[in-house]
Amino acid sequence: MANFYTDIKDLRFHLTHPVMEKIVRLKEMDYREKDQFDFAPHDFEDAMDNFDKVLEIIGSICAEVIAPNAEDVDHEGPQVTDGHVMYARGTRENHEALTRAGVIGMAFPRRFNGLNFPMVPYVMAAELVSRADAGFANIWGLQDCGETILEFASEEIKSEFLPRFNEGATAAMDLTEPDAGSDLQAVQLKAHYDEAKGIWLLNGVKRFITNGDADISLVLARSEEGTSDGRGLSLFVFDKADGGFKVRRIENKMGIKGSPTCELVFRNAPAKLVGERRMGLIKYVMSLMNGARLGIGAQSVGIAQAAYEEARKYASERKQFGKTIDQFPAVYEMLTVMRVRLEAMRSLLYETARFVDIYKAWSFISDERQLSKEEREDLKANTRLADIYTPMVKLISSEWCNRIAYDAVQIHGGAGFIKDFPVERLYRDARITSIYEGTSQLQVVAAIRGVTTGGYLAQIREYEKREIRPELDHLRKSLITLTDGFEKSVAGVLSAGSNEMTDFHARRLVEMAANIIMGYLLLLDAQREPDYTASAELFISLAIPENNMRSEYIAGFEEKELGLFKAG
Amino acid sequence: MNGIKIVVLAKQVPDTRNVGPDAMKADGTVNRSVLPAIFNPEDLNALEQALRIREKYEGTTVTILTMGPGRAAEIIREGLYRGADSGVLLTDRAFAGSDTLATSYALALAVKKLSPDLVIGGRQAIDGDTAQVGPQVAEKLGWPQVTYAEEMHFEDDRLIIRRRLERGVETVSSPLPLVVTVNGTAPACRYRHARLVMKYKYARTDTELQSESTDYIAGSRPLIKITEWDVEAIEADEEQLGLSGSPTKVKEIDNVILQSKESRQLTASDKDIESLVLELLENHTIG
Repeated sequence: MANFYTDIKDLRFHLTHPVMEKIVRLKEMDYREKDQFDFAPHDFEDAMDNFDKVLEIIGSICAEVIAPNAEDVDHEGPQVTDGHVMYARGTRENHEALTRAGVIGMAFPRRFNGLNFPMVPYVMAAELVSRADAGFANIWGLQDCGETILEFASEEIKSEFLPRFNEGATAAMDLTEPDAGSDLQAVQLKAHYDEAKGIWLLNGVKRFITNGDADISLVLARSEEGTSDGRGLSLFVFDKADGGFKVRRIENKMGIKGSPTCELVFRNAPAKLVGERRMGLIKYVMSLMNGARLGIGAQSVGIAQAAYEEARKYASERKQFGKTIDQFPAVYEMLTVMRVRLEAMRSLLYETARFVDIYKAWSFISDERQLSKEEREDLKANTRLADIYTPMVKLISSEWCNRIAYDAVQIHGGAGFIKDFPVERLYRDARITSIYEGTSQLQVVAAIRGVTTGGYLAQIREYEKREIRPELDHLRKSLITLTDGFEKSVAGVLSAGSNEMTDFHARRLVEMAANIIMGYLLLLDAQREPDYTASAELFISLAIPENNMRSEYIAGFEEKELGLFKAG
Repeated sequence: MNGIKIVVLAKQVPDTRNVGPDAMKADGTVNRSVLPAIFNPEDLNALEQALRIREKYEGTTVTILTMGPGRAAEIIREGLYRGADSGVLLTDRAFAGSDTLATSYALALAVKKLSPDLVIGGRQAIDGDTAQVGPQVAEKLGWPQVTYAEEMHFEDDRLIIRRRLERGVETVSSPLPLVVTVNGTAPACRYRHARLVMKYKYARTDTELQSESTDYIAGSRPLIKITEWDVEAIEADEEQLGLSGSPTKVKEIDNVILQSKESRQLTASDKDIESLVLELLENHTIG
C-alpha cells in the first residue's frame, strides 16, 4: 500500500530527533492526561509511537486518496453558486477522509477534541498533504486558525469553536482587502459594537481570502472609529452559520486551483471579539502569520518532494542516445542538487518547528504556574530563535521549491511543458509559495533582524560547538570559514551606517546565514545518521562559492552605486 | 430502525495481490511466510457497510468476528482502529485445517452465541476465493442470505440491499435476522481513526499477553482485552472441525499458463466489435 510517510526515510529521521524527548515532556506536562483520556500517551515511547502511527494514517490517505485526486481537482476547481463555494469533488473526498480519520485539529488539546500533538508531527502532516496536493494543503493547513483561538480567545470561544475542527469544520483567515495586501495596517473592514444587541457586527469587503467560505473565519477589522493604523484593528471570529456574509467571486489562478481564493462581502455579519480590542494586528495576526509561514515552509518542502520524485522517475525511464537520461552528468547533477537542497530545507523546517514547539509549550505551562528563571530563559531563547528562523524557512524553502519545480520541468524536456505529466501542475502550484503569507521580499525584512542583532551568528557559533566525528571535522572547518566571511560581510554593510545599504544587501546577508545554518544542520544530521554525510559534503561544497560570491559583491560595493539601481 | 446488533465476519489472509516467484511452495500450497498477512479486502468493504449503518441508526453496535491462529488478533485490532466496538477471536488448535464447511460450522456457533440481528461479511477471501463461507453460515443459522451487496439501508424493519450482479443491479429487501455478503465494488473502508489507534494499540488477547513481554504494554495503562473463544466456548463438536470436519481435499493443482496463439485485426466498426463480443460470450471468455 502506497504511503507518503513511510516511503522516504527523512520524516522518521526528523521525528526521532533527540530534542523530541524534551518537547514531548513539556507538551504533555509530564504525561498528566494519561488517566483522563484513553488515548493519551503514558510516556515518551508511547507518544512517539502515536505520532508514527497517526502519520502513517495521513501518509496513506495522501498517497491513496489526495494525490490521485489532485489532477481532477486542478481541472475542476471550486465553483461559486448563490454566494457560496462548492469544492471540487476530489476536495470533498479528501476532506472527508481526513475528517473520518480524526486527524483535523491534531495540535489542539484533547479537551477540545484534539490529539495534543506537537508542531513537529503537525508540520510533517502538512508536508505530506502538500506533496499530495498543494492546493488542498491550504484547506488542511488553515486549522492553524484554531491555534490562534487557543492562544488568545476566551474560554467560551475556545469551547464553542475548537471542538468543531475535529468534526470537519473548515477555517479561513480573512486579513487582506483590495487596498490592504502586504500593508495590513490599511485594513478598513468595519466592526461596530451594537449596544442594543450586545454583539459586534462586521461590514466591508475582504479580498484574496484563501478558503474564504469556511465554516469558521478569523476576521481582521477596524473596531476603533477614527483610527487609520494598525492600532485600531481587532480580531474577530465569525461563524458562517450566523449569516450576513457572501462570496462575491473566486479568482482564476495560475496554480493551487483546488484552493478557492475568495472575495467576500460582510453585511452586518455578527462576530465575536478574540482577545482584546486593538491587539488584532499587533499581536494576534503576527502570531497567526508566523504559524502560516511555517505552514508555507512545509508546503514548499512537500511540493519540492513531489517535483523531485517526478523528475527522478522520469529521468530513470526516459531513454535518449541509448541510455536513460539520468546517466548524463547534466541531468544527474540537477537531480542530486535538487535532492540535497530538499534535504537542507527540510532540516531547516524541522529545526524551526522544534524551536516553536519549545516556546509554545513553555508559554502554555506559564499560564498555569510561574516559570523558574531558567525556564523563562529557555522560553525567551526559543521564542527569539523561532522568530528569526520562521521568515528564513519561508524565504528559503519557497524560493528553492520554485527552483526544484523549475528543474523538474526541465528534466522532463518537452513532456514537462504539456499537461500530461503532474510536473506541469507542480510548477504552477510552486509559484505562489514565495508570494503569499508575505512575499520573499517581506520575509527578508523580518529575517534581517536576525542578521543585525547577531541572532543567527550566535546560533551558528552554538552549532559550531556541538560534537562532531573526526571524519566530519573538515566540513565544520569549511563552515567556520564561511561564518567568518559572513561576519565580515555583515560588519561591512553595517559600517556604512545607512538603512538603505542594509536593506539593499539584506537578502544576500540572510541567504549567507541560511547557507551556513543549513550546512550545520546537515552536518549534525550526518553526525546522527552517516547516510546524510554525502548530502552534507555536497551542500557545503555548493554553499562555499555561493557565499563567496555574495561576500565579494558586498566587499566591492560602494553606497553611491545604489544610484545606478534607481529608476532614471 | 435503531439499536441493530451487527457481527462482521473477517478473515486474515496472505496478501496475494502482489505475489512474487516464491509465493507458492513446491507442493502447490501458499507460502504464508513470505506474504504479509492482511485484512481480507472484501471484509473491509463489509466493515464499512456495518459502520455506515451504525452512523445512521442509533444504538447500533459492530462486533468483528474472526477465526484463525493467535496472530489473527491483528484483524480484531484493525477493526477496532477503524471503528468496530468490539471483537472476538475464535482460536483453537482444533480449528486448524478447516475447510469452508467446518469454518462455517464454527462461525455459525459463534454468531449464535453473539446473537446479532445482522451478519455482514465479504463476498470471498482472496486466498481461497470460494465465496462459500458467508452463505454456509446463513444456511447453518437458518437465516436468509443476500450476496453481492453494494449498499444497504433500512426501510421500517426491512433491510433494502442493492446487489451488483454480472448483468446489472438488483435491489432486494429482507427482514432480520440476515446474512449479507459484500462485493468489492462497495465503497472502500474508511481509514484508521487516530484516537482509536492510540486507544486500542495495546488491546491484547490472553494468549498474546502470555507470549509477549507485557512490561511496557501493561505499564500504568488499563489493559484492553480482546475476547478469545475456543472450541469449548462455542460448545462445538470437535468431529465437525479441522481436518476431520472438512470433506474438501485438494487433489491436484495445475498451473494456468496463458498463451496467445493468434492475433486478429479488427476495425473500430460496431459490427466488428459486436462480433468479437458475441464470440467471447460463446466461448465463455466473458459472461
